[in-house]
Amino acid sequence: MKETFLLDGSTIPFEPGQTVMQAALAAGHYIPHLCYHPEFKPHGSCKLCTVKINGRTVASCTMPAEAGLQVESGIEELNALRRSLVQMLFAEGNHFCPSCEKSGNCVLQALGYDLEVHATGFRHLYPDRPLDASHPDILLDFNRCILCELCVRASSEVDGKNVFALSGRGITKHLIVNAESGKLSDTNISLTDKAMQVCPVGVILPKRVGFSVPIGERRYDQRPISAQALDDAPRQIHTSGSCSTCEDAP
Amino acid sequence: MTDINDTLETAAHPEKLRRVAIDPVSRVEGHGKVTLLLDEDDRVHQVRLHIVEFRGFEKFIQGRPYWEAPVMVQRLCGICPVSHHLAASKAMDMIVGATLTPTAEKIRRLMHYGQILQSHALHFFHLCSPDLLFGFDSEMARRNIVGIAAAYPEIARQGVLLRKFGQEVIRITAGKRIHGTGSIPGGVNKNVSIEERDYLLKDIEQVVAWSRESVGIARQLFEQNLDLYNNFGRFKAHTLNMVRDDGALDLYHGGLRARDMDGDTLFDHYDYSHYWDVIFEDVKTWSYMKFPFLRSLGPETGWYRVGPLSRVTQCDFISTPQAEQARVEFLAFNGGSASGATLGFHWARMIEMLHAAEVIQDLLHDPDLQGNDLVSKGKRQERGVGVIEAPRGTLIHHYKVDENDQIVRCNLIVSTTHNNQAMNEAIRQVARQYIDGRKLTEGLLNHIEVAIRAFDPCLSCATHALGKMPLEVELLDVEGDRVDVLTRSSDGSFCSWD
Repeated sequence: MKETFLLDGSTIPFEPGQTVMQAALAAGHYIPHLCYHPEFKPHGSCKLCTVKINGRTVASCTMPAEAGLQVESGIEELNALRRSLVQMLFAEGNHFCPSCEKSGNCVLQALGYDLEVHATGFRHLYPDRPLDASHPDILLDFNRCILCELCVRASSEVDGKNVFALSGRGITKHLIVNAESGKLSDTNISLTDKAMQVCPVGVILPKRVGFSVPIGERRYDQRPISAQALDDAPRQIHTSGSCSTCEDAP
Repeated sequence: MTDINDTLETAAHPEKLRRVAIDPVSRVEGHGKVTLLLDEDDRVHQVRLHIVEFRGFEKFIQGRPYWEAPVMVQRLCGICPVSHHLAASKAMDMIVGATLTPTAEKIRRLMHYGQILQSHALHFFHLCSPDLLFGFDSEMARRNIVGIAAAYPEIARQGVLLRKFGQEVIRITAGKRIHGTGSIPGGVNKNVSIEERDYLLKDIEQVVAWSRESVGIARQLFEQNLDLYNNFGRFKAHTLNMVRDDGALDLYHGGLRARDMDGDTLFDHYDYSHYWDVIFEDVKTWSYMKFPFLRSLGPETGWYRVGPLSRVTQCDFISTPQAEQARVEFLAFNGGSASGATLGFHWARMIEMLHAAEVIQDLLHDPDLQGNDLVSKGKRQERGVGVIEAPRGTLIHHYKVDENDQIVRCNLIVSTTHNNQAMNEAIRQVARQYIDGRKLTEGLLNHIEVAIRAFDPCLSCATHALGKMPLEVELLDVEGDRVDVLTRSSDGSFCSWD
């Protein structure tokens, strides 16, 4: 018999070592998230996945699952906080969805729709972040960076190239390229790198392919992110008693 | 204290002029301000249509990747975004060295003619028919599409459904009714499926029939008010438009044709990729809009008229039969009087709408729409120019792209900018016709608005470099006397009234 905890009243079984987020997704329960990616070690920076456990707020992507936990996620109090976090991300960068080629495939945009963020709500900072178009095949548009560090982790842990890093502190924190010139053209990044595939927003882009997917066929045109996030998670087919995980499960 | 007229007028005795401002001009996208300057005999001495809104697209597109331009610049307008979408795409076709596949070109044409149909329907039925059907001096509360629906329910219904059909054509080809993404550098991102084609085909015959009836409405208006329609804001102008190789009306692609006000050809089938050799832009300190002129005639007399009236009167023929018949009748009407009238814009616009409906009908029967060869590319170029005949007239997009794929320069000459001086001239003629001494009447204001609307201007579209725009902010009291003013010069310096 597996150990379980309660998420919004539902019984969630978990394997030893799983986080609350991992167990929830595996059991088919969505918790909003941005910086979490099932293939990488939890990061806990975006705070979108904040839940309440026994009255205390914690990041569910880093919180180890424990038997008997009483976890609250889908409550208006938390969703209001999540909306504010998404609004602040929109206000902090330069996110111009109408002409962004990531539109329809963007996790931040999809979360905004899912959380019913209808307006930014905060004064825009309009940071000055010039593009890095130096690489012949790859464009960096720093305007859209949300500092999730997925590219940093992918380039370091999977590609073994360490192309990206974060620099600065607080409001001046920003994504940089690990090259003496600071230019992407002076790195060994390539189109097939994992770092090219993990950016949740429109920062790291292959050149000259923008808008090639028509409206209606983009990832989040048909189904909201809350439904699709479960596609990417290792799933437990059976949620009672003996469970198995299957990465191909829908 | 600075006299109010010092900053407004260059007349010999500006102190004897009276300033009349009409602001805003309602039912025109964006904002405009008309200044009438009267002389001591209360005659209209000068007219200025001030464009008080600018968008800055030419500046903030700089640094962006070139494939973003067709999607970004269409935000210039919510009524005819497809025109900007396609003009930018055509420019980017040159950048990527593409020769469009038949499928890509026909889908773009379908998108464009859908745009012409919906925009012309919107303009004629929603924005202008209240003035035209009720009269320019009719009750303000009644002069709108709701009033039309009450008094002429069938006309209103047809107008709404014609526009809806055009928007559906756009949705199917571009992905959305407004601000889609269907056209990309070198082609399109989707074809038209059999189901989509059949969905449009089921209504197209009705759309063609209603468009034909719309031409009849425009003709009737002339017949019923011949003197008014012939003479309202009438003036002679040079013309500019694009024509197909054989001289036919073509709103998607062709060469430039310019004729002077007497009909003599200045240039014909001119390759628009070097438009700057024949068209130049003048800048005035008092307007946000630029003043394009034909180089061969110079800035003072080289202004010209673009749009439906120029296109329908200056093409050699129209390739679709019903629109061609309508064109011939238009040119022959009352000895050709309608083809030079400002209100002839509306009739010509309806002929183009009929042509658009016929072109859509032909395209929907073309199997190339279901092709899968959507994108092409060739040798990369540094500069790209795209020109299209937008609903309101010739639209020019010009970009320079660097080796990193970033746009480094952009110049947009939109239809309303081409028509800038022509609109001033039309307003001047109307003001001279209808002003009554020193008394401003609502009727005069209505007539001026009717003259402006005939051009269907998109005032929001006029662009100007950010930070280089001379601006004047003035505060007037109830008597019309200036109580304060703050001016920014073109060098960025400010000075206040005191």
